[in-house]
Amino acid sequence: MKELKVSAIHKGTVIDHIPSGKGLKVLEILNLPEDSTILIAVNVRSEKLGKKDIIKVEGKILSKDEVNKIALIAPTATVNIIDKWEVVEKKNVEVPDEIIGIIKCANPNCITHYEKVKPKFKVISKKPLKLKCHYCERTMEEEIIAKNLL
Amino acid sequence: MRFQDVISINDFEKDDIEYVLKTAELLERELKEKGTLQYAKGKVLATLFFEPSTRTRLSFESAMHRLGGSVIGFAEASATSVKKGESLMDTIRTVENYADVIVIRHPREGAARLAAEVAKIPVINAGDGANQHPTQTLLDLYTIKKEFGKIDGLKIALLGDLKYGRTVHSLAKALSYYNVKLYFVAPPGLEMPRHIVEEISDKVDIVETSSLESVIPEIDVLYATRIQKERFPDPAEYNKIKGSYRVDIKILEGAKETLKIMHPLPRVDEISYEVDKTRYSAYFRQVWSGVPVRMALLGIVLGVIE
Ligand SMILES: [Zn+2]
Repeated sequence: MKELKVSAIHKGTVIDHIPSGKGLKVLEILNLPEDSTILIAVNVRSEKLGKKDIIKVEGKILSKDEVNKIALIAPTATVNIIDKWEVVEKKNVEVPDEIIGIIKCANPNCITHYEKVKPKFKVISKKPLKLKCHYCERTMEEEIIAKNLL
Repeated sequence: MRFQDVISINDFEKDDIEYVLKTAELLERELKEKGTLQYAKGKVLATLFFEPSTRTRLSFESAMHRLGGSVIGFAEASATSVKKGESLMDTIRTVENYADVIVIRHPREGAARLAAEVAKIPVINAGDGANQHPTQTLLDLYTIKKEFGKIDGLKIALLGDLKYGRTVHSLAKALSYYNVKLYFVAPPGLEMPRHIVEEISDKVDIVETSSLESVIPEIDVLYATRIQKERFPDPAEYNKIKGSYRVDIKILEGAKETLKIMHPLPRVDEISYEVDKTRYSAYFRQVWSGVPVRMALLGIVLGVIE
């Protein structure tokens, strides 16, 4: 079977090698403006991953911070910046040192569940992923983190 | 000024701890000579106790008065607009107009950190849920230092519910800055959490045991805490364990003459009353330590003591 082709874009960002099934979650985390043009391909055959998802964002160059957020759920993802139909930059995603907003604290008694404040975590280990809540100081491990994505 | 808020013992380097202990010592000496001091004259402390803790609140209030300052505040959340649904952030933004420093106790973890981020004035954490109670830890260290003239070189046992005890977690962490040997004495199931043992085990020697009798001849400090009945699913199990963690005259027969017993109080029956009159008891002096330590912290965050 021939590899599925998704139409190329003129200018924008292509997020490739997303673990299959995580594409929609990645989109959710990116929280792009409603009028964005987005192409999403799910379960595309991949040599590296077997199957993968791909997201193309037309007309928008995503910042490093914006993209790094997705490292939490799609550590294998690669980011391609496209200009005039060509890849001008290619990079891997990287877990940031601090994570603000996209995960809620697993501690039910944490103040962040009761006040209008963005949850904030310090990354204390990237592999395996381990986060510490800035407020209640409780640590969260990988599987708990995945369950607490906002 | 070394720090602006006092939120977590994890924010304190050894230097900061030593600085607080030294300041407390100087203040205690000056207080004994002169009676009430005037460093905080004209300053107002707001004590915001969203859950009751009379001892801690009185200790802070006593400290502020002895520094020459004054105190406003509330002692339980039902007396405040919290009951009406006001957010913590709005309470802080309101109260900071009335005071120069805030002491907060709150049932939710992280509340003090959030309060400090919102407030333009300094905030001191007097307990946030099961998380932190840094001034207790500092006064514990101060007590040990006063009793022995030092902390380095001591053998210190933490006894009781080490799993859920916020006090012993912070104390173990702070003691790991010193050259001490630690004994964690807990009944099975209530041992010190692994992550704390791992965090400090490369800095201090640790002995973990369930037998108080076996360690009593070796130790210099016995830090007892409450074992809460409600932690045990089976009351018979609790009754079996209870006796073995009771500090009484008999178990102290094997102790060093210089052993000091500490306890964050209130006690239930971990230390029998007959121990109070012995040379071993340091727990009521430990209560007094709260005053100079809290005077030091208030003075430092207010910027009135260098
Ligand atoms: Zn938290």
